[in-house]
This record gives sequence, structure tokens and C-alpha cells, in this order.
Amino acid sequence: MLELCGVSVSFGTLVALQPTDLTLEPGQVTALIGPSGCGKSTLLRCVMGLVTPNTGTVALDGAPIGAAGWAAARLRMGYVIQEGGLFPHLTARGNVSLMAEHLGWEADRIADRIDSLRGLVQLPSEALDRHPGALSGGQRQRIALMRALMLDPALLLLDEPLGALDPMIRADLQRELRAIFTDLGKTVLVVTHDLTEAARLGDRIVLLRDGDIVQTGTLPDLRERPATPFVTRFVSAWDAP
Amino acid sequence: MKALLLLVMAVLALPSAATAEPVRVGSKKFTESVILGEVAVGALRDGGFEAEHTRELGGSRILWNALRSGEIDLYPEYSGTLVQELLDGEPGDLSTAAGRQPILKRLGVRELSSLGFQNTYAVGMLEPLAKKLAVRSIGDLARHPDLRLGFSNEFMEREDGWPKVRRVYGLDALAARGLDHDLAYRGLHAGNLAATDLYSTDAEIAFYGIRVLTDDAGVFPEYSAMLLVRDDLDPRAVAALERLGGRIDRSRMVALNARAKLDRTPEAQVAAEFLGEVGVDVETGQAESRLGLLVRTTRDHLALVAISLLAAILVAVPLGIAAARRPRLGAVVLAAVGVVQTIPSLALLVMLIPVLGIGAPPAIVALFLYSLLPIVRNTHSGLVGIPTPLIESAIALGLPDSARLRRIELPLALPAILAGVKTSAVINVGTATLGALIGAGGYGQPILTGIRLDDVSLILMGAVPAAVLALLAEGGFAALERALTPKGLR
Ligand SMILES: Nc1ncnc2c1ncn2[C@@H]1O[C@H](COP(=O)(O)OP(=O)(O)OP(=O)(O)O)[C@@H](O)[C@H]1O
Ligand SMILES: [Mg+2]
Repeated sequence: MLELCGVSVSFGTLVALQPTDLTLEPGQVTALIGPSGCGKSTLLRCVMGLVTPNTGTVALDGAPIGAAGWAAARLRMGYVIQEGGLFPHLTARGNVSLMAEHLGWEADRIADRIDSLRGLVQLPSEALDRHPGALSGGQRQRIALMRALMLDPALLLLDEPLGALDPMIRADLQRELRAIFTDLGKTVLVVTHDLTEAARLGDRIVLLRDGDIVQTGTLPDLRERPATPFVTRFVSAWDAP
Repeated sequence: MKALLLLVMAVLALPSAATAEPVRVGSKKFTESVILGEVAVGALRDGGFEAEHTRELGGSRILWNALRSGEIDLYPEYSGTLVQELLDGEPGDLSTAAGRQPILKRLGVRELSSLGFQNTYAVGMLEPLAKKLAVRSIGDLARHPDLRLGFSNEFMEREDGWPKVRRVYGLDALAARGLDHDLAYRGLHAGNLAATDLYSTDAEIAFYGIRVLTDDAGVFPEYSAMLLVRDDLDPRAVAALERLGGRIDRSRMVALNARAKLDRTPEAQVAAEFLGEVGVDVETGQAESRLGLLVRTTRDHLALVAISLLAAILVAVPLGIAAARRPRLGAVVLAAVGVVQTIPSLALLVMLIPVLGIGAPPAIVALFLYSLLPIVRNTHSGLVGIPTPLIESAIALGLPDSARLRRIELPLALPAILAGVKTSAVINVGTATLGALIGAGGYGQPILTGIRLDDVSLILMGAVPAAVLALLAEGGFAALERALTPKGLR
């Protein structure tokens, strides 16, 4: 589905991402985890074409995405950024329907699609007509997810979709998200800095440190067969009471 | 942008281009010049010509440029101004009309015969005192070393003012102090001063009964009044104007100035009365009512502001967008519109006259240029101030550049853009009053006339509506800002 081949990124002298290889199989949910500043968001932004890698290629379905290919590629990817990134001047509905309107979808089709997505993310219908400033954090995250799902993309890239929420809502949403992933059968790359969340959401975990992939596997893999002492330290930080 | 300006200018030029070509008379922004302009108009009409008068233009430079570029056909000028300012640096003998003639001809201009008076520096005393002391000339003052003299500060400073008078006439024994010109007349009247400097055709000379002392040694520069015409003016029109040669002596000019300035008689009527006395009958139109004046100046002022602002929005918003999209271009654009802002408005107007002539077009272009900076700057800062996550979300959604600009960036920057437009509008309303200096009309016109005639009510006729309009613009755009700001941003 998605393949990163030797992708690296530096900002000036700072190396945000070492040359990285990563493959996402169709329908697979991958959780990307690592300490703050290790390059998780940078990796996602490379996939979206928001950062141009210094080396390497990003390939979708086996074909590298060239400079001219992003426009089409983005329509096949849904992206939720760290703080939701909702447009404050549009209502929730306006945010969700923006791209479909641009593509010339008919009003009925848009309304139907929004309706079914609203059911999926369990958003109260009156929230749709409010502006982001008048919504709760959880509602904003749901709307950001609706917006990412609107065009039914094959690939979902979520950057800490539950970042700013309190633990209760967070647990609920984790369950919902997992259900959505399973129901829709999307290929997902989800960033989190919470190992429990990574284990709940992902089929596998990719652990990143200083722009480098340290280990890929399930939580038991990380626990029982740590690739480096860092993995042990990282995991035990979560296991400690 | 160029095409747009040309279109605006073409529209403005339409009404005047549609009528037959009248002879265009200009005048400076002081009463004597306006009266002489009206006198010239009367003489031309009597000679069978259509004539129109663009009155109260900003100053010698503006009129000189307008004359040379063919915007006007003639205006009243003084030989001293010609020699010291307009022809300064030209080779040849400038001191006589004959000497100036070939130089002027090369510049496409021609000087008609002197009208018969000089408006130069003079020294005056109240008539009774002068009579009692038997003072006729400046030199006579030397016989009265106890007299107290008061001169305007400028006259005290100027090398060809008091220092020269004192030296040439041997007045070292007399005490002189500097004061404000207007106060000098009052001091003279109250008896605190025995003599003061004045301009030899001041209306106050008649009002206070002042004797102008003769300048036998010729200390003061020659400021002989005459009409300056374009060399290509119809010879028959020139003949009609030449009939005025030598017809206005100094005391007559003082009387005409007093008629207009002190009696508040409209200049056209003052000119008609004078022409009647010398045997030229002219009709004067109905004087404009105050309401008519308000309506006309409001219309002119609104047109100046609205057209320039609209053009500025159409140009500045795209410029601001381009500046935000390309930082290097942005730096250049912002610097350029910033530099425009630093050009003094009168200098800008004068610079535009050779290209655009006088009247509304140069005023609109100047206002347009001044309006650019606030709008460009606010558009730019409004766009670059949008948080990166929002821009990246829009890109990631797959919105192409143009749609992103239209649906996301401009709406988010709109409050800032509107604030810029508001700033421009308010500045424009104020700056547009300067348009009167180059014949563009508007609220500046009653202000100019009011200052010229020392008529506070007339000054207020321009100043109050201008202030009200500025407040309306401020309030109107603030309301528009509230109405147009997307709900989620409030
Ligand atoms: N536009 C940029 N310019 C310069 N440095 C950047 C830029 N974006 C990211 N970085 C740096 O690159 C490194 C990786 O940043 P990144 O945002 O990918 O981290 P992260 O893993 O997502 O962290 P967090 O968990 O805090 O979100 C950091 O050191 C960050 O400061
Ligand atoms: Mg991040």
C-alpha cells in the first residue's frame, strides 16, 4: 500500500529523520511511537508531501509519488494533524464537506456521506452546525476524523488523534477508533506517544528514536525481544506502576 | 493595473473632452491671483472666447508645470517669481522682459505686458502719522530715529529684507523687532508700531489707511504682475488679454483685493466691476449657494476617495497575496509601497502633473498610491499570520492553490485586510483635501478659499464634512468588518 524507501529529512543541521524504510500492508494498522521530538510528525508530513525529504522516495501502491503526483495521492489519503487543524471560519459541516464540494459532489451525496460518518464517529447532529471554537475537544477530534474520512481514502494518517483529551474520553475514543479501523478495513498509520494506546490501536508498533526506527513489532515483541536497551527502558517506563 | 488607471482616467476626462475647447485660465491659491484669473476670463469672453477658470491651484510650481504641459493656457505670475524660482539657473539676462523672452519661448511660454503694478515687499505707515512726520520714502525714516519698527520674522531674516533696507537707507539708529505678520497690522493700528513690512497690494493697506513708502533705491526685488501664456495660444486671445496691459495700478489692485477679501465680494464680481470700469462688459454667473457648495464638494470628495480606494483594493490585495506567497518578492513589494508612502503628498502631486495634468486624475493616482501600503501590508500579514497547521491541513486535504486561497486563506485574512482598507479609507479622506491644490475639488476647496479669505465659516464648510466623512468611513468599515468577519472568527 505505502512504502517509504530511504526517506530522510534534515532541517538545517538538525536531522529530524534518518534514512528510513517502512512498508504498510493494505488493511494493516501501524502505531508509530517514540519520545517527543523523535520525528513522528515529520514522518507523517513526508507521506503527505508537506515536507520534501532530503533523500528517498514515498511510493503509493508501488509507484513513487513524484512532484506532480501529490495532488492525486492526497485524495487517497486522509490526514488528521496533531491539534485537529479544523478551519475556524467554517462550521463543522463546512470543514467536513469542503473537499467534496470542491470536487463537485452533489448536495445529497454530501449530506448522505456526512450522515453516515456522523453515525460512525457518534457525533450529535447539532454539533455539525457549530464552529470549531464552540465545540469540545472530543467533538473536534471526531470532526477532524470525519473530514479525513470524507472522500473514503484507502490510507489514514493520524497524528496523535487523541492527544489533548482527558483519559476517560480517550479510552472511549480508542475503542471507537479501533472499531472504525476494523470496520472500514483501512490502512492506518497512527502516531501516539502512549504505549498502551499504541498497543490498543495498532496491529503492530513502530518505535522511533532520534529519527531512527529502533524496532518494529507487537507489544509482546518489544517486551520479550527488545532490539536495544532503549526499547527495554521505553517499555518499562509504561510497565512501572 | 496600468490599464485600470487609464480607464479611470479616461472616464474622468470624458466630460471635458466632450465640449469645445475653451481657453483654460489657472490661478494660485491667494485672492489676488484668483481675481486676476477672473479678470483674464472676462477679457477673453469679451474677445469672443470660451474661457474656464481653474482657481486656487497649489503654487507657482504646479501652475508652471500645468502651463508647460498644456493643462492650462495662462495664469497670472510675477516677474520676481519667474526670475528667482521658475527660471532659476537658466542662462541669459533674466532681469528684463526682453531678456527673458527667448528663454521663455524655448520653453513654449510667453510673458504678456505688465498689468501695471508690483506685488513686492514694501514698508508702510499709517497715513496720518506719515503725513505728520512728512515721511514719503523709506529713506525719510532716517530722520526719525525714535520710531519703533516691527517686521515679520521672515522679513527680519531675509538678506533682501530688513538687513538690506537698513544698510541701503542708513537706518541703523532705528530699533526693529520681529513679530507675526498679522499682528503687525494690529500693532500699527494700535499705535505700538510706527512702520511695518507688507506686500504692496495687501487688502489691509486700504482697510487701515496705510501709506506705502516709496523704495527709491530699489532695494526690493521686482515683482511685476503679468499674465504668462502658452506660446501657442490663439493670437486673437492674446490680443484680448493684452488689452489688460498697464490697466491695473497698485492702488487699484489693493482696492480689488479689499473688495474680495474684506467685503467678501465673490472674485468674479470684483473682476466684473473692474472690467466694467475699463469698458468691458461681462456677465457674472450666479454665486454658488453654501448648500450647492457642500453638495458639489461632497460629490467630488467622494469620487476622489472611492475611485482611488477601489483601484487600490484591486491592486493591493493581489500584491499582498503575491508578497505572502513569495517572501523575496514580498520584501521588495513592501519596501516599494513603503517608499511611496514617504513621498510628501504635495511633491507627489507636483510630480504627477507633467504626466496626468491637473484636476482629479493626478489626485486619484496619488491617493491610490498612498492607499496601497496599509492594504498590501495587512493582506500580507493577514496571510502569513495564518497558523501553519491550518495551511497544511488544507494542502493535505488536496485543495489546490487557488481554492485554498479562496476558501481558507482569504477568509481567515479577511479581518486584517478589511482593517487595512479602513485605514486607507480614513487616510484617504484626509489626504484628498490636498487635491484642491491641483484643482481636483473636494472639501479642500472651501478650506483653501477660507484660509485665503480668512473666513472661518468657509474653512469649516470643508473641515467639518471631511472630519464627518472620516468618522463615517471608520465606522462604516468597522461595521463591514463585523458583518463580513466569518462567524467562527469573532
Ligand atoms: N519546520 C521545522 N523546522 C525546523 N525543525 C523542525 C521543523 N519541524 C520539526 N522540526 C524538528 O524536527 C524534530 C522532529 O520533530 P517532529 O515534529 O517530527 O517530532 P514528534 O516526534 O512529532 O514530536 P511530538 O511528539 O512532540 O509531536 C524536532 O526536533 C523538531 O524540533
Ligand atoms: Mg508530533
